Amino acid sequence: MSNTKDVLVTPIFKNNPIALQILGVCSALAVTSNMATALVMTLAVTAVTAFSNFFVSLIRNHIPGNIRIIVQMTIIASLVIVVDQILKAFAYEISKQLSVFVGLIITNCIVMGRAEAYAMKNPPMASFMDGIGNGLGYGVVLLFVGFFRELFGAGSLFGVEILPLVNNGGWYQGNGLMLLPPSAFFLIGIFIWIIRTWKPEQVEKPDFEMAPNTKKEAA
Amino acid sequence: MSANNDTMGKTLLVTILLCVICSVVVSAAAVILKPKQVANKELDRKSNILAAAGISDPSKSIDELFQQITTKYVDLDSGKFVDVPAGYDEAKAAKDPQQGTKLAREDDIAGIKYQANIKPVYLVQGADGSVEKVVLPVHGKGLWSTLYGFLALEGDLNTVVGLGFYSHAETPGLGGEVDNPAWKALWPGKKVYGEDTTDPQIGLIKGAVDASTPNAEYKIDGLSGATLTSNGVTNLVQFWMGENGYAPFLNNLRAGEA
Repeated sequence: MSNTKDVLVTPIFKNNPIALQILGVCSALAVTSNMATALVMTLAVTAVTAFSNFFVSLIRNHIPGNIRIIVQMTIIASLVIVVDQILKAFAYEISKQLSVFVGLIITNCIVMGRAEAYAMKNPPMASFMDGIGNGLGYGVVLLFVGFFRELFGAGSLFGVEILPLVNNGGWYQGNGLMLLPPSAFFLIGIFIWIIRTWKPEQVEKPDFEMAPNTKKEAA
Repeated sequence: MSANNDTMGKTLLVTILLCVICSVVVSAAAVILKPKQVANKELDRKSNILAAAGISDPSKSIDELFQQITTKYVDLDSGKFVDVPAGYDEAKAAKDPQQGTKLAREDDIAGIKYQANIKPVYLVQGADGSVEKVVLPVHGKGLWSTLYGFLALEGDLNTVVGLGFYSHAETPGLGGEVDNPAWKALWPGKKVYGEDTTDPQIGLIKGAVDASTPNAEYKIDGLSGATLTSNGVTNLVQFWMGENGYAPFLNNLRAGEA
């Protein structure tokens, strides 16, 4: 069972899909302007990753190698449509805010990346757990970014006012940059910095070593 | 993965089975959830009409509140109320040569191409039958998408009560700010027409409106970083308030002849 726990917990900090694998950054920029959308997006991605991993793994021994990517995409796309329909039926307001980004889970590299890298080689239950773990790893970053963007951009958390804004008669001047997608780049960068300071083994070797100064003898 | 998975037969079998299963799952989800989604949309539409008209009462349900609103249909050319058959579908009518008009390019400032001849309007009437507020459906092209919304006017048919969009796909955080309550709060009290009641003056400007802005009562702050969405909003309001839109109807209503 410790193995299952590892599969579940590792992606949260040790092998985080956004911070270490640098996957799924696009949607992390788009849906993190407030906590509510970030949370719902996390749940949607977690569900899709978990179930697509599960189903891909279930039929992994029967998937012909040369069409495996298409097979994975078909499964993922079907699941995304189902999730989108469910959100439209039960969380209409949120699904309106998420708009196209639910549909774009299809293109989220985390889902496809995990299906290809993990589910094709591992049994269904472990793959399912891996999907949940990666969804949560994605969610940790989303909620981290969403927390700072909503708090400093709109002065609220989950829509509840924390810092009263100047235009609502309070004292806090909202930071407009925080409401715009590029601010997530800074926050994700800071998040990666913190994680790599805490876990130095994640720091990658530079692709190119700086050449040492030319020595006198060599000249 | 054994090599025999890559035979033609196995490839076809896996593909076909997968497609069948996936399509069944997707269609089942779509069909089962459809009634709930339609109900959500309808509730959303009603609450948008109420929001544009500035009617809210947390103690009552949307359906209860909606009872004070009368839905009527208007022929845009003549500007008179007409009856329509049950199940009238405006989107279908717009494309039908009998019931819709293909707009000439120079008239089509809102970028909608086709327009239904008959449009619903929503009236809030006082106890004596006088019109207190009128809510008009409007739509037009923004940057990425067509914006659909409601514009509500006071009984003088000139002062804005509110504007709200219920469907659009503008950039979140930029053009998507048409949904921002702070921006929507700028609309109430603005005037649509000057002297001439077929030529709307109302529109968005670049930057913010302040006391020094000329004709401030006709101007609303532009959305920063969303010039094309702002232009789209100006154009669609101008179009629907103009003579191809509701101007003939509003003039009739003003004269009591609608």
